[in-house]
Amino acid sequence: MDLYEYQARDLFEAHGVPVLAGIVATTPEEAKAAAEQIGGVVVVKAQVKVGGRGKAGGVKLAKTPDEAFEHAQAILGMDIKGHTVHRVMIAQGADIAEEYYFSILLDRANRNYLAMCSREGGVEIEQLAVDSPEKLVKYNFDPNKGIDDAAAAEIATQAGFSAEEVPALADVFQQLWGAFEKEDATLVEVNPLVKTGEGKIIALDGKVTVDENAEFRQPGHAELVDESAEDPLEAKAKANDLNYVKLDGQVGIIGNGAGLVMSTLDVVAYAGEAHGGVKSANFLDIGGGASAEVMANGLDVILGDDQVNSVFVNVFGGITSCDAVANGIVKALEILGDTATKPLIVRLDGNNVEEGRRILQEANHPLVITADTMDGGADKAAELANK
Amino acid sequence: MSIYLNKDSKVIVQGITGGEGTKHTALMLKAGTNIVGGVNARKAGTTVAHKDANGGDVELPVFGSVTEAMEKTGADVSVAFVPPKFAKDAAIEAIDAGIGLLVVITEGIPVQDSAKFFNYAQQKTSADGKPVTRIIGPNCPGIITPGEALAGITPANITGKGPIGLVSKSGTLTYQMMYELRDLGFSTSIGIGGDPVIGTTHIDALEAFEADPETEAIVMIGEIGGDAEERAAAFIKDNVTKPVVGYVAGFTAPEGKTMGHAGAIVSGSSGTAEAKKEALEAAGVKVGKTPSETAKLLREVYKGGGSKAEGLVDKVKGVFKKD
Repeated sequence: MDLYEYQARDLFEAHGVPVLAGIVATTPEEAKAAAEQIGGVVVVKAQVKVGGRGKAGGVKLAKTPDEAFEHAQAILGMDIKGHTVHRVMIAQGADIAEEYYFSILLDRANRNYLAMCSREGGVEIEQLAVDSPEKLVKYNFDPNKGIDDAAAAEIATQAGFSAEEVPALADVFQQLWGAFEKEDATLVEVNPLVKTGEGKIIALDGKVTVDENAEFRQPGHAELVDESAEDPLEAKAKANDLNYVKLDGQVGIIGNGAGLVMSTLDVVAYAGEAHGGVKSANFLDIGGGASAEVMANGLDVILGDDQVNSVFVNVFGGITSCDAVANGIVKALEILGDTATKPLIVRLDGNNVEEGRRILQEANHPLVITADTMDGGADKAAELANK
Repeated sequence: MSIYLNKDSKVIVQGITGGEGTKHTALMLKAGTNIVGGVNARKAGTTVAHKDANGGDVELPVFGSVTEAMEKTGADVSVAFVPPKFAKDAAIEAIDAGIGLLVVITEGIPVQDSAKFFNYAQQKTSADGKPVTRIIGPNCPGIITPGEALAGITPANITGKGPIGLVSKSGTLTYQMMYELRDLGFSTSIGIGGDPVIGTTHIDALEAFEADPETEAIVMIGEIGGDAEERAAAFIKDNVTKPVVGYVAGFTAPEGKTMGHAGAIVSGSSGTAEAKKEALEAAGVKVGKTPSETAKLLREVYKGGGSKAEGLVDKVKGVFKKD
C-alpha cells in the first residue's frame, strides 16, 4: 500500500526523523486554520499518490492564512494525472540551502535492500540515474544488519558529503532505516532531503510503501487505508476476504490460483479479439476454498459490475476437488436466486473432474454452460459477453 | 535423476500437527515421499498416525526441533507449513540446523521476514562456499519428482515421470501445464513462488535442469513483476543447451495493480509480460500465448520421441535455440 505524503510525514515523525510541521486539510477553511496554527510562510501541497504535482500546479507557497485558503480552494478538486485531489497538506515553509536524495527499497533482483543517495535531490531521480549515474550512490545491504553507523557514514561519504557533513546525514539515514524496518516498508523515499540555512537536515517530502502481508503485526496500518479512493466493488470484495481486482471489461472471471487467473484474463482477451474486442472484467482468485459461500460472494461481487455480460469460472482442481467446486457453484446459484442473471461458463479440470461435471449436468441450471478446455471456455464466455 | 529431490530424500514437516500440515503430510506420503517425522516444539515426543503409499500404517515421530529431527532421522529436506507470523523463526531454525533443502509453502509472509531469512541462509555456507540450505518459496506449491517424492502441495496424480523439467512462479498454472503435458511426464516440477523475495530462482532451476541427465526439455513459466524472467533469458542464452519453452501470465494486467501474488505488479515500464516475452524470445526461447499453445510449442521442440540426436539436429539448424 502506497501512503500519502502527510501519512509518510507523520510516520517519519513517529520514528524520530526530522520533519517540518504539517497538517492535512480537506477544505479551504481547514487549510486557513492550519496555516494560522503553523504560522509564517506555509506550502499548500496536493495529496495525491502520483508524481509531478508541482508541475501540475498542485504545490503553492502561501505567505498568509488567506493565501493558504485561496490556494487550497484552487487545488482541492484538481485533477492530477487522473487523481482527484481530496486533501491538501499545509506544510511549514522551509529555508532550503541544499536539496539531496535518499531512499531505501527492496531490491528484488539481489534479494536484499538497497539504499540510494545523491547530493543532487529535488529532481527526477530516474532521470539522474540515466544522465549522471555517477552522482547516484547505490548501496546494497543485508536486511539483518540494516543501516548501522558504519553503513550510514559509508553511504554519505560515497555520495560526496564532506567529513563535517557526514554525521548529521548518517543520523537521518539510520532514523529512516528504523522507520523502514519497524513499519514493514518496502520503499521509503525522501526527495528532497534538505539542508536548511541553519545546517539542519530535514525530510521535506516522503514516499512510503508498506507491506500488506505485515498487517498482522502493524495494526496501525489499517487506518492508513483511504477508503474513499477504493473502488466500491473492490471494497466489498475485501470485506468478504476475496482477492479481487476490478478491471475494465465484459467477462467476469473466477479462478483458483493467482497465476491461473492472470492467465485466464489473457486467454479471454485473446478470445475476445474474435468477439468484438471484449475483455476480462476483473481478477478474482478464490484460492483453494471453493465453498458455496466463497463462490456466492465472488459471483455477487462480479455481478455487481454493470459491465459484466458473462462469467467464466476457470478452475483447475489440484488439491481442491472439482466436485466441491461444482457443488459450490450449484449452491451459490441457489443462494443468489434471481440476482444471478448472466450466463456462467464453467471449465473444470483436474482432481475428480468427472464427478464435478456430473454434478453440474444433473443440476442442469439454465445459466450454466460447461466447457471442456480453458481456451474453449474463454471463447464461449467472450462470445456471450459480446452484445 | 531429478533435481533437488528424489526417492532417497528424507523429509520432515515443520507444522506436521497443524491442519495444513496434517492434510499434506498424508498426501506427500501417498505420493511415495519418505517422510521421517515432523516438528512441533509443544508436541515433542508424541507421534502422528498416517498411511504410507501402500495403505500401511505409519507412526511419524514429532520432534522438538529441526536439529533433533535431523539427528534422530537423518532428514535432509524440510517442508514448512507454518502460519506467516511464525514462518521466519521456523526457517531460521531449519537453517541453523543445517537442513539441505527447505521448502516454505506458507503464503502471506511479510517480505522483510523472507528477505531476512533468505540472507541469513546465505551466510551459513559449507566448505565449498555455497549456502548449506537451499530455500524453495515462500508462497509456492513446492517441488515434485513424480514417482519418487513430493515436498509440497502439488497434486501427485496429474502425471508421472518423464523427460520434461518445469519451473514456475505459479501454483495452479503449474498444475495446468503438467496436465497439458501429462502424456510426456516430468523429471521434476518446481514451483518457486510469486513473492518479491524467493529462495530458488528460475535461473537456479534452469541450471539444475541443464545438468540433470533425465531432463530433456524445459518449460519455464513466469508472470508479471520484477525482472527474473529477463535475467533467466540472459542465462539461457549463455548456459542452457536443452530446448526451453516459456509462458508468461499477465499480458492484460494493468499497471499498479497487484495480481494476487505479492510480487505480481507492473510498476512503470518494468515487469510487463511483453518485456519478459521479448527477452525470452531474443534468447531463442519460444513463448506461448496461452498454456495450451505453450504445450504445443514444447511438443514441437521436444519432438515426442525424445531422441537426443534429433534434438541436436534441430538445434544446429537453429530451429528452437540460439544459433
